[in-house]
Amino acid sequence: MPEPTAAPVPLSETAPLPGNTAGTGTAPGTGTGTDPGTDPRVDPGTAAGTDTAASGGPVTGTLRGLGVGPGRAAGRVFRMAGPPPLPAPVRGRDPGRERREALRALAAVASELEARAAAASDPAASAILEAQSFIAADPGLLESVEGNAAAGMDAAHAVDAACAGYREALLAVGGLIAERAADLDDIRNRAVAEVLGLPVPGVPDPGHPFVLVADDLAPADTAGLDTGTVLALVTERGGPTSHTAILARALGLPAVVSCPGATRIGEGTWVSVDGTTGEVRTGIGEEEAAEIRRRATADRRRRAASGGPGRTADGHPVELLLNIGSAADLRPEVEAEGVGLFRTEFLFLDRREAPGFDEQVAAYEEVFRAFPGGKVVVRTLDAGSDKPLPFLGAGREPNPALGVRGLRVARGRPAVLDTQLDAIAEAARMSGAEPWVMAPMVSTVAEADDFAARARARGLTRVGAMIEVPAAALRADRLLERLDFLSLGTNDLSQYAFAADRQHGELADLLDPWQPGLLRLVSECARAGRAAGKPIGVCGEAAADPLLAPVLVGLGVTSLSMSAPSVAPVRDALALRSLERCRNDARTALEADDPARARQAVAANGPS
Amino acid sequence: MPERTVVIASRTGLHARPAKLFVQAAAAQGVPVRIRLGAGRSVPADSMLAVMALGAEHGAEVVLEAEGPGADAALDSLAGLLSRDLDAEEAPDA
Repeated sequence: MPEPTAAPVPLSETAPLPGNTAGTGTAPGTGTGTDPGTDPRVDPGTAAGTDTAASGGPVTGTLRGLGVGPGRAAGRVFRMAGPPPLPAPVRGRDPGRERREALRALAAVASELEARAAAASDPAASAILEAQSFIAADPGLLESVEGNAAAGMDAAHAVDAACAGYREALLAVGGLIAERAADLDDIRNRAVAEVLGLPVPGVPDPGHPFVLVADDLAPADTAGLDTGTVLALVTERGGPTSHTAILARALGLPAVVSCPGATRIGEGTWVSVDGTTGEVRTGIGEEEAAEIRRRATADRRRRAASGGPGRTADGHPVELLLNIGSAADLRPEVEAEGVGLFRTEFLFLDRREAPGFDEQVAAYEEVFRAFPGGKVVVRTLDAGSDKPLPFLGAGREPNPALGVRGLRVARGRPAVLDTQLDAIAEAARMSGAEPWVMAPMVSTVAEADDFAARARARGLTRVGAMIEVPAAALRADRLLERLDFLSLGTNDLSQYAFAADRQHGELADLLDPWQPGLLRLVSECARAGRAAGKPIGVCGEAAADPLLAPVLVGLGVTSLSMSAPSVAPVRDALALRSLERCRNDARTALEADDPARARQAVAANGPS
Repeated sequence: MPERTVVIASRTGLHARPAKLFVQAAAAQGVPVRIRLGAGRSVPADSMLAVMALGAEHGAEVVLEAEGPGADAALDSLAGLLSRDLDAEEAPDA
């Protein structure tokens, strides 16, 4: 069993600052201190009154989690408050007073939402906030709240019960109307917090840049996230493939997830966040924070100035490619050598019928034309599992992740794959591109054979497979007798190698891309690639980690594909290390007994 | 109390756009109007939540009620609205 990181035990080791090759210094770790507010550098004005930590005092010292968004930041911590817990009902209060209090809270919520709607720059976000403000002021909701108060409920319970009643009623109607039930949850949380004097649930707005700390972040929490004021993300839970991690990379924010004790850092405390090593350090002062920000800005400048193809310090080339969902994801300011993963699902989602040949040709051609003469790797439809498609008419499966997904869909519906390959081939002819195509969820040599035959029959010359199934990784050499390349999808490969659901927050440690067992599978594929003289790419989140990317290169991976904001940090990390250094890092990581030690040992090697 | 019984004519029922048009019209009346479905409890007609929660489908019979000066005119106007297929009418802002 890997040691679970359950207890908030701060370690006393600090990571070297970028550019500081002195190795690990030993900082005076202050341990799990329980002295709230005695740090003179914490402004008590904002730290007071909002400390709703579940147990114990604020955590100080150095916390360690998983670094999932590279870069460093420093600032004051503000927590995302969760839904307010409902206290035990209070009976016998003055119904008139409770009624007024409940209505006041709802009115406050409505005007707050209205103000946010007016301030939102995104019209879609503004419309959603405005609709929510109408719900908070809805006459039917107010009538129900009044009725509850008249029946003797206290204000908080009157609001809670009214929202719950409408929530159930909307769910009972079903369809699109049921989707509005979530709005009522948000109104309920805000209004109950208002009644109880608790912090407003949601992203805090302290009026200056801050480090956002949360238990975990859901897409709904971060829809209106102002990237101008959030310096970094730190979450108590969540894993390397969690929404927080994906969001952080998309926004280019430093982020640490699965960080025990994070939610017990005192509100307003100055912290430094290292999204590469996963370290969150309290007890820093404003001056040190300023210094960290200065260095982070210098790092960003250096990265912005760097460009060109990916290579190690001694010139060993490593292709840096983009993961995209459509041509809309191609941003002109990001310099990449091509597309390493073109997910084609977007064409198929929310469809009652499969998209037609012409529509597909147009979508593929748009991407091919964006990289004239460059590499574009198209992944054929990856349906099933968490991406069910209505037109496939697949029944419910007890175990969708282990069911008919990816290439397996072609067993029952080969026409969908054939039409897609026809469209890719036609788009290639139209644009003069020579696309690479690969199938998701290949498990056996026979499946690879079948896919390769279909693709080559259409004149597609570069045919490969995603490696997500451990059985396929173990047969990489035989697959490469039929295929031209392999691309490792490390997120699914982790899920299947460790028998741990990607969405399961409590198993995040098993899904850590630094797991030596996963790296061993990568190593097997890279070895087979070297022997065959064929390219081996990584297109999972692992490729976007600037500390892990050199390890992958050291293992023999020839290309790394990632979302756009990760390209510059990865290019930078490779440029600082020789190929020999990468190979050393790879040995170090493979030798480690667990991901945390692997990460620490490689970080301790330092660059160059 | 003055009442009107009316059958929902909109093809999609009293949901989405028809519901919104109805609620807006109800709010614009000078008197409070309530609506109920069958033997259910009456709810404020100017409440989007309550009207959506009725789940009144195409062909369902609803009862509108109001009291006071202008009640009959308000009921006539709203009953007229519900007896039209609002889905078939072009959205003015479309």
